[in-house]
Amino acid sequence: MDVITLKDCRKALIAALWFMFLTFPLLVIKVNTTENLVIWRWHNLLYVGVAAGSASLLTSIFRGLHDRKREQQRHQEKVIHISLTERFFSNPVVSRPVLAAGALFFLIFPLLFSTYQVNIMTTALMYVVLGLGLNIVVGVAGLLNLGYVAFYAVGAYTYALLNMHFGVGFWVALPLGGIMAALFGILLGFPVLRLRGDYLAIVTLGFGEIILLVLKNWAEFSQGPGGISNISRPGFFGMEMSMATTLNYQYYLTIAMVLLTIFVINRLQNSRIGRALFALREDEIACQAMGIDKTTIKLTAFALGATWAGLAGVLFAAKNAYVNPDSFTFLESAMILCIVVLGGMGSIVGVIIGALILILLPEYLRAFSDYRMLAFGALLVIMMVFRPQGIVANIRRSYHKKDSAP
Amino acid sequence: MEYFLELVFSGLTRGSIYALIALGYTMVYGIIGLINFAHGEIYMIGAFTALIIATVLNMYGLPLPAILILASVAAIIWSAAYGFTVERLAYRPLRGAPRLSPLISAIGMSIFLQNYVMLAQTPNFLPFPALIPDLPFLNRFTSMVGTTDLAILLVTAIVMILLTLMIKFTRTGKAMRATSQDRTMAFLVGVNVDTVISVTFITGSSLAAIGGVLIASHIGQINFYIGFIAGIKAFTAAVLGGIGSIPGAVLGSFVLGLTESFATGYVSSAYEDVFAFSLLVLILIFRPAGLLGRATIEKV
Repeated sequence: MDVITLKDCRKALIAALWFMFLTFPLLVIKVNTTENLVIWRWHNLLYVGVAAGSASLLTSIFRGLHDRKREQQRHQEKVIHISLTERFFSNPVVSRPVLAAGALFFLIFPLLFSTYQVNIMTTALMYVVLGLGLNIVVGVAGLLNLGYVAFYAVGAYTYALLNMHFGVGFWVALPLGGIMAALFGILLGFPVLRLRGDYLAIVTLGFGEIILLVLKNWAEFSQGPGGISNISRPGFFGMEMSMATTLNYQYYLTIAMVLLTIFVINRLQNSRIGRALFALREDEIACQAMGIDKTTIKLTAFALGATWAGLAGVLFAAKNAYVNPDSFTFLESAMILCIVVLGGMGSIVGVIIGALILILLPEYLRAFSDYRMLAFGALLVIMMVFRPQGIVANIRRSYHKKDSAP
Repeated sequence: MEYFLELVFSGLTRGSIYALIALGYTMVYGIIGLINFAHGEIYMIGAFTALIIATVLNMYGLPLPAILILASVAAIIWSAAYGFTVERLAYRPLRGAPRLSPLISAIGMSIFLQNYVMLAQTPNFLPFPALIPDLPFLNRFTSMVGTTDLAILLVTAIVMILLTLMIKFTRTGKAMRATSQDRTMAFLVGVNVDTVISVTFITGSSLAAIGGVLIASHIGQINFYIGFIAGIKAFTAAVLGGIGSIPGAVLGSFVLGLTESFATGYVSSAYEDVFAFSLLVLILIFRPAGLLGRATIEKV
């Protein structure tokens, strides 16, 4: 069995020609309708052909190797496959120092790097919170929420408006933002959660757009597209702080928030509610048959997810001291979804890694920033086709029989 | 009264376009039970292809009717090709995967195609040439209905009739109906399910391309983002009529088009999209199966 067969080559050639045909009008011709100019970009055709051909060839090789491996395994004894992450976590000698080093790195991060880096890291950590929140809804409960950013907006605007009209401070607004977002989650969830999953996706998408349109158009309420500026930054017992200190303070605040989120979600996953949510994701009918109230448990998941978005929203408004509707578009929802899917649905470590990769990488690859959303879209498809469990697969709590059974 | 009639015509025009897109959603949903999020993008690609081909042909000085026909044919060919490719790459490998996987894949495809067109062409609005010529004998009515509106209504009606005939009387149509009723059973009696699914995507994409060309010449400008909102609204229309049902999609589209037209005409145009989404939520609460759909009971 060769690595590359003639058939694979023919397939690659067909793929190359097909994609050259497919992308011909959009990639090769560029029209300027005002001056009636046409620019021909033939070089793009070459790139597409080479890329499509090699992608097809690589897939064939990969698949061939995979099949061969499986063929070999069939002849061997049956081995129980344990994933790398599972081995990592089940071995405290390895996992504890690594986790401790990671924690230490994040703790002393502001001492090592410039304020610019700290600012970026704060943003990334906020996405960790958002990702973990969406993870409850999508990863744990299996409800696809495409309007997640709407709850983020609710949190941010709750703080912005309360601060503008009544001078409410950050610490008072934080729980209020969470509660407001949860209320919106229940409000939206109530009518639609009785429905099947795909309807939920589209209704949440519509809901996100409605919130965005209201924020843009209802100027008396939200100041319209101009947004709200001069929002107070978070205080610390009324202490006066310099700019750099404020940034560091915000960084630690976000870290605290991430830790709280991880703690709560970790406890949640092993709780009665968490197990009910897993059951819901696996099979709705079986879940109901076990006596779980589907609507209540879905609402709980929805409200819990929304709460974290609301909290992150308050944090976002306080960090930037400015909110406007453009921060809450569908692309933002898509990015958070991408974080969860890339990291691994249902897995806390995965979501953290996913958020750090997806937020930090584009920051340091500024040259490719135009291609960011293109890559996100492709990433969602590729992950679903080749590795649906994400980078770090979720580990379900399992119970083993002890060897020395009495 | 004249204002009222104007709104009715504008609603019917909108409805026709939604219908052309909604049919693609409903056919795909009927056969593989997937919301094809990338369908709006296929429609946008159709409009872009038509624009590009029309501009190039215009440079060579072809007459307007020839440009119109060639650009529409090109739009249909390439939209169908994109629809086919999207299915092969993003949905076919995921058949039999958990429900959420193809949905996420579809969203990824939608984002990818949007950004692909934006990067390959332009992020700005492009003026779309007036491909449909003005007919002078219609001038008496132009205050209420333009030539383009009439063309849209006419073309939509013809396309609907052709589609109905195809599904009712051809061999492929029969295979499509069989596959949508029970995929495994259709496979067992010798229907090539893969081909049927591909044909469904190609048909749906061609309809979307026709919609794209028509609406672009009606509005007069396009950009890479037009597919997103149009896609959501067409989906709303499909759900409104009962997803999976072809007459339902058409009825739902006209109801949605008229609702939007009256709401923007009598209430406010700033919240145009809010009405569509609110209608969707209301329908899902009170009649989840849609106007013409039947409630299905899930059996284990």
